[in-house]
Amino acid sequence: MKVEILGPGCPRCENLLENAQKAVEELGLDAEVVKVTEMGKIMAYGVMSPPAVVVDGKVKGTGRLFSVEEIKRFLKE
Amino acid sequence: MFRVFTILADMITYRLLGLEPGSHLTESVHFFVEDSAKIFFLLVTIIFFVALVRSFFPPERTRKFLENKNLFVAHVLAALLGVVTPFCTCSACPLFIGFVEAGIPLGVTFSFLISSPMVNEVALVLLFGLFGWYIAAIYLITGLLVAIFAGMVIGWLNMEPYVADYVWEIRMGQAEIPDMTWQERLEYAKSYVKDILSKIWPYVLGGIAIGALVHGYVPQDFLLRYAGPDNPFAVPVAVILGVPLYSNAAGVIPIVQALMAKGLPLGTTLAFMMAVTALSFPEMVILSQVLKRELIITFVAIVSISIIIVGYVFNFLV
Repeated sequence: MKVEILGPGCPRCENLLENAQKAVEELGLDAEVVKVTEMGKIMAYGVMSPPAVVVDGKVKGTGRLFSVEEIKRFLKE
Repeated sequence: MFRVFTILADMITYRLLGLEPGSHLTESVHFFVEDSAKIFFLLVTIIFFVALVRSFFPPERTRKFLENKNLFVAHVLAALLGVVTPFCTCSACPLFIGFVEAGIPLGVTFSFLISSPMVNEVALVLLFGLFGWYIAAIYLITGLLVAIFAGMVIGWLNMEPYVADYVWEIRMGQAEIPDMTWQERLEYAKSYVKDILSKIWPYVLGGIAIGALVHGYVPQDFLLRYAGPDNPFAVPVAVILGVPLYSNAAGVIPIVQALMAKGLPLGTTLAFMMAVTALSFPEMVILSQVLKRELIITFVAIVSISIIIVGYVFNFLV
């Protein structure tokens, strides 16, 4: 499983990355959490309002700081 | 409607603190209590509802509204959508690229980029709470006009070559942005209120405190002498002073309200507030990733000139 956090590096993006790592840890998943900061890649997902959460190439949510619980839901879907 | 806050301030100032009516200190304390209670009440309720409305307008959807529209209609729509679409400085670049990619004209994109930070709900709430609906409405309407006008001018100038070259090469994907349920919208609105308030509360309180001191201690008509309508430099100076104050927009408005009560004319006040919200260094730095220097300078110049015109017009009319 691959979790990507899209965002140019604003404080909210950093917090989202932490939440995502926590969510993966709490669910005990074997998932890789990576940060995507390059604009071309963010846009390639069609996301205009970072930060965004992408799970296995699928955009799960955009535009705000999702909580650990919400990210857990994204991971279980 | 706001009498409850006056009564609350009366109770705290006269009863609880036992201050004598009429003194400078009492005036200041009363002003501080009344305004901070009122402003925080308004911020929480209005930001919550604005966020609910916003949850229906993610930028990915906004972009669709603007495609293939008559140019003038597109400018007006872009300025209006700027008010309701979530915007923070860190999303300015993806927004810009996304709009340009969809074939939305550069000028229309700028109408959106100008109105989005300038006509925002925090500024409007503070204006409504401190100045009343009349000034808030004037700010909203002139703000939209500035965004429409400045965007149109940038469009006429055909500045496309001054957009960073790589922007034209980015190929944008089509994301299916998941639709939110009502529960998610409420959750979004709640977290949005928390997010905004946790960022601005010290500025708001600080601003109201300084405003309260000005109300209590600065003599009436003090500013009329220096920055009154007779001083032709007051408007441009106000605009220049407004630029570095960006992150403190929430703190600046209460101070400005106090200054206006001491004789700062309406036009100068409007120009100053618009400069605070519309022009900021951090935004310029971020936009320099997608715009060449010539276009940034043009953008700042046109917005500044529009704001200065607003200042002079209102000083002249009122």
